[in-house]
Amino acid sequence: MQCTGQGLVLAGVHHLAWVELWGLSLSVFPRRMQRWPVLLFLAWVCFLFFSGIGLFMSGFLLTRIELANSSSCSDPLVPPPWDKQSLPPGSCWVPRRFPKVVLVIIDALRFEFALFNPAKVNPLPYENKLSFLHHLATSQPHHARLYRFVADPPTATMQRIKGLTTGSLPTFIDVGSNFATYAIQEDNLLAQLVQNGRRVVFMGDDTWEGLFPKKFFRSYFFPSFNVKDLHTVDNGILQYLYPTVNSGEWDLLIAHFLGVDHCGHKHGPDHPEMAKKLTQMNEMLRSLVDHLGNDTLLLVAGDHGMTETGDHGGDSQREVNAALFVYSKTPLFGTDPPKEPEAIPQVNLVPTVALLLGVPIPYSNIGEVMAELFSGDGDTVSEALQQLLVYHINAKQVDRFLHSYSLVAQDLPAEQLQHLQELFSSAVEEHIQLLAQMQRAMLMSPELESKLRSLISRFQLYLRQARAVCTQSWARFHPLRMVGGCTLIAASCLLCYVASELATVSDSFYRSCLLYPLLWGLVTAVLRGLAYVFTQEELDLLLLLSSAAAASLLGFFWQWWGWHPKRARLLGSQPPLASIGLRQRLRVWLGLAFPMGILLFRCGAMFSDSFVVAEAQVAPFLLASLVMLLIGKLHWDGRLTVPEGHKQPIGFSSYRKESWHLLCLVTVLLVCLRLSGFFHQCREEIPHCRPSVFLPPLASLRNTRAKNLFYLLCVALLAGLVYAVRSWLRHYGNLNSSDPVVLFVRWGFPLVVLCIACYWAVASSAEDSLGKLQELVQVAVIAFPWAVYGLASIGLLLLLCHPMTVFAKDSRESAGSIVTPYQGIPSSKVDLLQVIPQIYKRMQESEKSRLERRSCRATVAAYGLGSVYSAALVVALTLLGFLLMLLHAERLSLAFLLLFLEAFVLLHIHTRARSLAGDTEPFSVPWFAVISWLLAASQFFYSTGHQPVFPAIHWNAAFVGFHLDHSTNLLPAVLVGANTFASHILFAGSWLPSAPALALCV
Amino acid sequence: MREAELRKLLAANLLCAVSIVLTALVPALFLDGFSVLGTHLTWLCVCSVCVSVLNVTLCLILKPNPSSKRSSLSNKISRFLKCCIYFFMSCILFHAIIVLYGAPLIESVTETFLFSVLLSTFTTLQCLCLLGPNIQAWIRVFSRNGAMSIWENSLQITTMCSILGGWFGAFPIPLDWDRPWQVWPISCSLGATFGYMAGLIIAPLWIHWNRKQLTYKSR
Repeated sequence: MQCTGQGLVLAGVHHLAWVELWGLSLSVFPRRMQRWPVLLFLAWVCFLFFSGIGLFMSGFLLTRIELANSSSCSDPLVPPPWDKQSLPPGSCWVPRRFPKVVLVIIDALRFEFALFNPAKVNPLPYENKLSFLHHLATSQPHHARLYRFVADPPTATMQRIKGLTTGSLPTFIDVGSNFATYAIQEDNLLAQLVQNGRRVVFMGDDTWEGLFPKKFFRSYFFPSFNVKDLHTVDNGILQYLYPTVNSGEWDLLIAHFLGVDHCGHKHGPDHPEMAKKLTQMNEMLRSLVDHLGNDTLLLVAGDHGMTETGDHGGDSQREVNAALFVYSKTPLFGTDPPKEPEAIPQVNLVPTVALLLGVPIPYSNIGEVMAELFSGDGDTVSEALQQLLVYHINAKQVDRFLHSYSLVAQDLPAEQLQHLQELFSSAVEEHIQLLAQMQRAMLMSPELESKLRSLISRFQLYLRQARAVCTQSWARFHPLRMVGGCTLIAASCLLCYVASELATVSDSFYRSCLLYPLLWGLVTAVLRGLAYVFTQEELDLLLLLSSAAAASLLGFFWQWWGWHPKRARLLGSQPPLASIGLRQRLRVWLGLAFPMGILLFRCGAMFSDSFVVAEAQVAPFLLASLVMLLIGKLHWDGRLTVPEGHKQPIGFSSYRKESWHLLCLVTVLLVCLRLSGFFHQCREEIPHCRPSVFLPPLASLRNTRAKNLFYLLCVALLAGLVYAVRSWLRHYGNLNSSDPVVLFVRWGFPLVVLCIACYWAVASSAEDSLGKLQELVQVAVIAFPWAVYGLASIGLLLLLCHPMTVFAKDSRESAGSIVTPYQGIPSSKVDLLQVIPQIYKRMQESEKSRLERRSCRATVAAYGLGSVYSAALVVALTLLGFLLMLLHAERLSLAFLLLFLEAFVLLHIHTRARSLAGDTEPFSVPWFAVISWLLAASQFFYSTGHQPVFPAIHWNAAFVGFHLDHSTNLLPAVLVGANTFASHILFAGSWLPSAPALALCV
Repeated sequence: MREAELRKLLAANLLCAVSIVLTALVPALFLDGFSVLGTHLTWLCVCSVCVSVLNVTLCLILKPNPSSKRSSLSNKISRFLKCCIYFFMSCILFHAIIVLYGAPLIESVTETFLFSVLLSTFTTLQCLCLLGPNIQAWIRVFSRNGAMSIWENSLQITTMCSILGGWFGAFPIPLDWDRPWQVWPISCSLGATFGYMAGLIIAPLWIHWNRKQLTYKSR
């Protein structure tokens, strides 16, 4: 089974999130900005990105709300004269026509595959292969018929299975009631059958196992992940199919063959393999029909078609048109078949099969019954009456569904619902009148027949229009919105770039660049809102917000454009800048082109689904290339070697000492990149991939020795991390004040580690070995995570209130006493701590006059300034890291250690490369650093065991610190979200402000 | 003088390029079932050996880097041994880098190693022929304005092109086209080979076009 569609969606979302991260991280704000404009600017940029993403998703991600209601046998849907008649045992709503149905699903059976044209001399590999169907249809025209079975997009197997059983239009995201499962929650055919005591036997594609857990009387599942494997599933089914049919212990038998679909994916339809596969299917149907009894209905259906390349998922004619073949050994149809096979929507199968088997139609069905199957063998009037009955029941059920749906969701337009309602009630009323008249025998036969026909067509009209309304709002992309969203995001990226360039040039410009666009946006929003009020339309908040965002973007670029010539003139007045030659400018552009080229590769890769699948390998590859490129460039510029004149004659020694450090760091980085590849989760598109052994939690390990070893290793890692952070902070002169934060780092960190270690121990212990302590364990499993949550939030709050971990001194205090150094610091630092304040004092005195002129507030003296920013960030990140490790499986803490190491190494490479390149501006951030940071973030998204597909989401994270029940969906969503985007959170949170600080330290 | 040397360079480079084309065609006459894609490892061996033999011969015949002092036999032997060690080390280094870039660690070690041998042939061997086992000179050549003759310029270009070609060769691997050449390391080695050949052809042309700007100062 292929779920490319689903994967693509998530990849799209992931990509958007990534772009957004990029934008945020790019907004390097000017140095001397005040606080509010900066915050406002950041909020504005966030707003721009979110509105862009929202607009895109509203066009791309089709959503629908699942109703929890289900039909039951006693629902009053049957019209008056029939509701009193007694049904045969085992039937609901109407008497069943068939006790048994065999549903053969041949995955990707395109309509053309089932056609047979004897006149064709040279058929293509996929043509004229299902000759048996043609034979049945021509020799027994009243027993068999072929239909064009029109699927609704998205034409992915999982969505189609949902459609074929619920009778509804599944979208990519069906908002259901239950969290953390992808089993079908809606009322469906299988649930109805089971509820009414029928036996459902399944064989084939194991997707059904996840969708319908515990629904099958008996089941034979075969793995569907490997699309290159054409035969396992089919041969497995064939092994069980005939014995099962003969045994008779079933009421609905489903056989889902995958060979044709896999053959399409592997070879495409126009290939000899396809001919073989279809011939095999033909033989299978031939012998299946031999095994069938007279009371059995055979349905052969394709769930979707395929394109000329064998893919599916979209809404092209070839993908949408599948085949449906109906056959029974008792006569089914009263009339001869039409010349061209009739086209029927896929959802129509659900009410038809339900009523044929005598079970209630699933609650959310919007399909229309195939009335010709209910004709029976009576005269035309009784036939029409029977058809009217099933139409009536069907229409009532659809009306009931539309009514319940409109109560919970507003996405179906009200006036159309109103129109449908009128159509429905008039038809029902007329039907009841007609029945009453008939009972009084007031109508003649020809008149009656024409009336019945017109009534049938009115029911048909109602059902078709209802379906059309639903299709319109559920199964349609909005290309305009998608393009609009993409444009907004692209423009916002451009804005971030422009803003980062402006920030280095001007201090005053941001005011006009921020204020006017915001005004533009506000005015547009107000105008748009007024327009809604006056036209009485329904308020679409998303459109309103995105138009405001677009207007403010336009405003920004307008301002920037008007300001641009002025700046050029300003620059032109300065002689050194004006004399930049074309060659030099070209060189600057080339310097930018390297990292940007890598970024373009990365973005371009998003447009190829193969690269989306392989993104886990692409990101580290590009990161390694970027860093190697940096080293190559430094070498080419001769920055790594000792300048001429100091040259020593022998061997490698012409490299500077710093260059060796740099090369070592690069090696460490490459090793980190490679090691992080051992933590990957698998996607189903890659058949031979094995998921990492580190992903399952320790509790699933059987080998006690290995479990203990891993446990000790993980705890040692945590302790090591705390030790490393503390010694790093000390090394750069932090932790010497007596602030609460410092206390927290000293005592809180080990406590957090202790709690995590205890939690891991409790969670990974074997359940039965503890015996009486069971209750205690239950409490501990909840208590320890809560202790970590509590400690981490205390730490973050403390940090927010008072982020300094260095010793700070207020000048208003008496300047005489220099505080004695903290006890725990080694003696070499003691000297340092006495020297630095003196130097600082001198500097302060020399600048005192200037400082006092500027502000009358007290100046603050702080020691250890080199790491004053980064220390706070490091503390915050370590805390966040602990929280996120708690949400992951135990052994993924190894991956987190790699993450911290790689981030550290990247920052050091960045710093050293800059110092080697002679770049002294402390607050400028080169592009290669930005992009390598980004690539590292997406690399560790994969290396913490994630993939952008639904089955790879770590649902367990929702239950860390909670029992299996949640009152709301918000909390688990936050936990799972934090788990999924752990790498992005850590990398974005530790964004380069720490880099210049590190740069000062080394 | 310059023109004559350029013509010599062009001839040598064309000879190299032609020899690579021949390695793909000629062995099919002698070996049953030989093809570049089908028996890729054999081709890798043949290509590496041919290119190295040709390069060493060309180097001996053309003497692009005439050393003034005559060296003794023992000196020559020690130089040769040093060259061998350097070559082997570069193979190991390339192998390590390729693995760090994401090549499989345990499976298909032979393929990866032969690919690294090919890359070494295209890069390290050229350096050894031209500059000898003198890292100092290598560092000089691969920096801005470091080339002191057209041979060294050509060396710069071919080396960069081969590595870039190998790098680009990795791009088609994830695509789902199911072609025989997408298997590791075929696309990369083909990329490196095409890059090398492109470098061989580009180098004389580039030098010819930039002959005004290229002034080689002797150190």
